[in-house]
Amino acid sequence: MNWRAVWAIFSYEMKRFFRTLGQSLFSPVISTVLYFVVFGAAIGSRIQEIEGVSYGAFIVPGLIILSLLTQSISNASFGIYFPRFSGTIYEFLAAPVSAAEMIFGFVGAAAAKSILIGLIILATSALFVPLSIAHPFWMIGFMVLTAVTFSLFGFMIGLWADGFEKLQIIPLLVITPLTFLGGSFYSINVLPPVWQTVSLFNPVVYLVSGFRWSFNEVADVSVMVSLGMTLFFLVTCMAIVAWMFRTGYRLKN
Amino acid sequence: MSAIVAVKNLSKTYKSGFNALSDVNLDIERGEILALLGPNGAGKTTLISIICGIVNKTGGTITVDGHDNVSDFRAARSLIGLVPQELHLSIFETVWDTVSFSRSLYGRAANPAHIEKLLRLLSLWEKKNSKIMTLSGGMKRRVLIAKALAHEPRILFLDEPTAGVDVELRKEMWNVVRDLRDGGVTVILTTHYIEEAEEMADRVGVINKGRIILVEDKKTLMRKLGRKRLILQLARPLPVIPPSLDGFKLELGTDGTSLSYTFDTHDSRDDVPRLLAALAAAKVDFTDLHTEQSSLEDIFMGLLST
Repeated sequence: MNWRAVWAIFSYEMKRFFRTLGQSLFSPVISTVLYFVVFGAAIGSRIQEIEGVSYGAFIVPGLIILSLLTQSISNASFGIYFPRFSGTIYEFLAAPVSAAEMIFGFVGAAAAKSILIGLIILATSALFVPLSIAHPFWMIGFMVLTAVTFSLFGFMIGLWADGFEKLQIIPLLVITPLTFLGGSFYSINVLPPVWQTVSLFNPVVYLVSGFRWSFNEVADVSVMVSLGMTLFFLVTCMAIVAWMFRTGYRLKN
Repeated sequence: MSAIVAVKNLSKTYKSGFNALSDVNLDIERGEILALLGPNGAGKTTLISIICGIVNKTGGTITVDGHDNVSDFRAARSLIGLVPQELHLSIFETVWDTVSFSRSLYGRAANPAHIEKLLRLLSLWEKKNSKIMTLSGGMKRRVLIAKALAHEPRILFLDEPTAGVDVELRKEMWNVVRDLRDGGVTVILTTHYIEEAEEMADRVGVINKGRIILVEDKKTLMRKLGRKRLILQLARPLPVIPPSLDGFKLELGTDGTSLSYTFDTHDSRDDVPRLLAALAAAKVDFTDLHTEQSSLEDIFMGLLST
């Protein structure tokens, strides 16, 4: 294992994050504040408690998952797409670096960045609503699994995209709707039965449900089902990325 | 000398169906400078990209110091440094950081003394803290060379290293390459500057339409394929070449004041005396004569036209 290369890629990517620290942190923090103003204060004040949890506290896990998903995808997709775009990818391909090592470096950094942002959003939320975390280890576990899984997904998008606009298509057209329809801001139990069934085909439901359970033990599906589905998405993404590297998809002619 | 890179029956067909390389066999000897010459699209970059692991091959095998470049890619790639044709650099990085990053990618422990030596060798020391985006094109190319040498490779591939580089920098780079060769590094450079190959190479490989046409010691190649031209300045203009000189395939200058005679250096050595005797017999007087040796460029063009 070429750990020096993994560390070099990881720290290179993290350096990029810290180089633009202002944009990296202020943007998600401002978004979170806006969500709290709109959903928490303006709308939330008219909504009664959901399963004993105030609406403001109820949406915190959903907000964090929303950020984790979008940040993981955008960090990882940009991280691998930019070297492809600028041509510097040659250096990674010519070096004695395996596919796994490249993934560890790029995906590890993308996941670390989104976890950092997730924790900052968590801290920001604590300024607006009283927070309690019933199962902190599960919370961290879901956070890490979600960040890694969607960083792998973002990595796939970064390999697939052949233009900057394509980097945005999947997050905008697929991920954001799935997140909003995945119970980030409501419990799927409030939906009519048909839509509850439809929602179960939305992978984000399992992420949000498990993550929310770790905060206040309120869940739409069993926590073990959430964990199982999250692991399933992780393994699926790993298998696809491994295939992409094995075949040199969009990396090698 | 033993081959440090052995290419056997290498072929490459791109998804588009374009056949970039066909049954290429090439042994690169340890410690030599090999120049790969060929016109645009001949397959030079594809060949070195496959050796370096950037492009997948369709068939054949490549070993680098005995290591297969696919199954034993770590050992093979650790020995190789690559300077690409395009200026592919992270423009927001500093010179020092980007060169150090390259060394880390190859799994080598940090060695600031080596990086400093490289930057000084390539006249980049004063720019070590400058961002790449602030450098000139020539400096960027030198940064690429420094990156390729950061992990102390034994084999260096230079893909069109002096494309778009001014004469002074080109000569500076040639000196660097010679120093590397003297230090035991095997250098393979692709170029379509014949002058570059003529100046630097120990051996020359000519590639065209995905096939290696020949690989030959440069001096032997020039001796074997080299042609000379004897040019005579005539005392009086000739309207036509006298029929008695037809056997020599002479060319008459446009104004009739010069005659030129082209001959292979390895052909019979009495051609020139016979020509001079025939000129005297035909009463064609000349005031001056001189010879020109054909260049590698002439040889190259001759090979491509066959």
